Amino acid sequence: MTQPGRAVLQKLTPVLTKRWLSPDAWKIGVYERLDGYAALRKALDVHPDDLIQLIKDSGLRGRGGAGFPTGLKWGFIPQGDGKPHYLVINADEGEPGTCKDLPLMTYDPHSLVEGAIIAAYAIRANRAFIYIRGEAVHAARRLRNAVDEARAKGYLGQNILGSGFDLELVVHSGAGAYICGEETALLDSLEGFRGQPRLRPPFPAIAGLYASPTVVNNVGTIASVPYIVLGGADWWKSMGTEKSSGPMIYSLSGRIVNPGQYECGLGITLRELIELAGGMKPGHTLKFWTPGGSSTPLLTADHIDTAMDFEGVAAAGSILGTTAMQIFSDQDCPVYSTWRWLEFYHHESCGKCTPCREGNYWMVRTYRRILSGEGTHSDLDTLQDTADNIFGRSFCGLGDGAATPVMSTLKFFRQDYLDYIEGRTAPRLSAKALVGAH
Amino acid sequence: MTETELSKRLRRTASDKPEVEVDFSPAAALLAERLLPAALEIIARYPEGRSRSALLPLLHLVQTEQGFVSPGGVAFCAEVLGINKAQVGAVATFYTMYKRRPTGEYLVSVCTNTLCNTLGGQEVYDQLVEHLGVGHDETTADGRITLEHAECLAACDYAPVVTVNYDFAVDEATPEAAIGLVDQLRNGQQPTLSRGSRICSLKEMQLQLAGFSDSRAGAVADGPAGAPTLRGVNLAQEHGIAVANFDPDTPITRTKPSPREESRGKLATVAEKATSALRTAAGKIEAAAGKVEAAAEAAGTASNQPAGDGKPTGDSVRNKEQK
Repeated sequence: MTQPGRAVLQKLTPVLTKRWLSPDAWKIGVYERLDGYAALRKALDVHPDDLIQLIKDSGLRGRGGAGFPTGLKWGFIPQGDGKPHYLVINADEGEPGTCKDLPLMTYDPHSLVEGAIIAAYAIRANRAFIYIRGEAVHAARRLRNAVDEARAKGYLGQNILGSGFDLELVVHSGAGAYICGEETALLDSLEGFRGQPRLRPPFPAIAGLYASPTVVNNVGTIASVPYIVLGGADWWKSMGTEKSSGPMIYSLSGRIVNPGQYECGLGITLRELIELAGGMKPGHTLKFWTPGGSSTPLLTADHIDTAMDFEGVAAAGSILGTTAMQIFSDQDCPVYSTWRWLEFYHHESCGKCTPCREGNYWMVRTYRRILSGEGTHSDLDTLQDTADNIFGRSFCGLGDGAATPVMSTLKFFRQDYLDYIEGRTAPRLSAKALVGAH
Repeated sequence: MTETELSKRLRRTASDKPEVEVDFSPAAALLAERLLPAALEIIARYPEGRSRSALLPLLHLVQTEQGFVSPGGVAFCAEVLGINKAQVGAVATFYTMYKRRPTGEYLVSVCTNTLCNTLGGQEVYDQLVEHLGVGHDETTADGRITLEHAECLAACDYAPVVTVNYDFAVDEATPEAAIGLVDQLRNGQQPTLSRGSRICSLKEMQLQLAGFSDSRAGAVADGPAGAPTLRGVNLAQEHGIAVANFDPDTPITRTKPSPREESRGKLATVAEKATSALRTAAGKIEAAAGKVEAAAEAAGTASNQPAGDGKPTGDSVRNKEQK
């Protein structure tokens, strides 16, 4: 293990993760002692429009993957339209590699609750929902407790802190469907339907939950809001880069000495993050990695100095996504890894559109054949062709996400495929697995 | 089942006489007798006219009784929401956490998605299959354990991970550790889970999934943060690194008065004119504000009727616009 140098340590920006150090920060009393609910008091003294402007000025961009400017999204909500508005928080964390929202909700649940109240006040919503992934039971337990505590203290319910503003906040557990992380599928699910994406437009800001104006934001986005309200837009912009402001929780996993959550300003590089994480595991050399979950095109050791912000990763041909960096070494096989991801996408495809439903079904089978030592050269053309027909032709991003590991490994690691096909690599799956494969 | 939190809760809610009268079919009646008060509590969380939003929690609730979604469970959900069984069935079969066969007391899930798989999760799963003699989504003969391989459980920094009833049970799992865990569960012991809460049965967990707070003493406090979660923030603390220039009193640029200030202004004017009328006036303002909000929600509900054909409201709006 290598010790991180001073220059790299200076890149740490503990903001959203800071309270995690206090084991009882999930209790409202402790939270209040640690600046908790101070931002809410401050926000309720300001006109909602001024709060939206503050968030615009901060340059905050969505932490769920797409990086859409948060203030702009809030500003899209039509005001004075006579319709109810809704705030929906996407806590359906399930992108492979991503593990930043669960600890945030478990160890600092009130920061999300406080952010939700401020955001709802800004967009003038009297109901908010936290749609939390079903499997996240401990985070949900802490969140429900936080909502109960906040209500008992008058931070939720009628006439919050004498402001005349009312808010009901419901923690709604999902039931095990990755697709519900897609915002319109989430809304369908929250309305009590199968989680299938909707055609856009209309966008949720116009016709979202119950066909009413709705803001859908990620957990990290909403939890950032109280800090911006307290510290101001300029302070927030002192972290990160010009176009990607603020701190970001980077989730590092895989072949490194110290996997974990590292909160740094946007724009840090993988080289620096690996240094923070104590280096690669002894005997392992970096081979490939995901910049933001498995749905973002894989990058290689050549991209180790890419700036991990929205622009930098895009320039390298990938997507910042959820900053979930799964790190693989020369001892890991990109073909096998891609197959396993595809099994996931195949399982999670909602079945609404043909390219994703059928394409993943057949790609999984092609991978199984290659990994069983039965692959042919034309299989690679089939994979490329199938991926090309899924990418950009699917109803939602799940299809794109499924196609990207295929396309990026074919681009960077074609030789690894050929090694299976031409018999230089021993089969990883037994041919038996092909019989009766479901 | 012995006197558990679940049965206590259900007994308590069953004693509250529900105001809504629903005539349940024989298939649903048995569940309705036990679950109706809790079901009505769930429905009340959602806006008026939007009761279908309660379907996912209701399906979790049904599993508190049976451990899976039975035809009777489907009927109960359909009848309490006033939709048909096909609509409920379509939803129940879509989501992984709604089980279609009876389950064991504990659900043991092993992540075998790429990252966990690479670091040994597949080996853990394969050895559990051999040790327990059951495969994916199957239950041991003693009814104790249902085994499954799961997709990414959002804990890659602890890979490979094993959960019990969805609570994180074994981090950086080895086959030995996982086998030790299931043996304890089968012997009726209560293993301490790595980062989850104290153990309960899968049926009891469903009550939390249905949206009810965990009322077990100490359960919310369980589950300390593990080292990987805290690595970055610990590193910063050890080296005295903090974000500079944080001033919680940084002013926010104001272009107009806040609603609170406006209402204060109104109250002050009223007070100057007639101090004695202050309370009544304030009451009126508040009542009026309340009426506006209630009216807005009612108008929204009226203009966006829930779709009756199994389509979400967003879809029907779009269809209308296209016509």
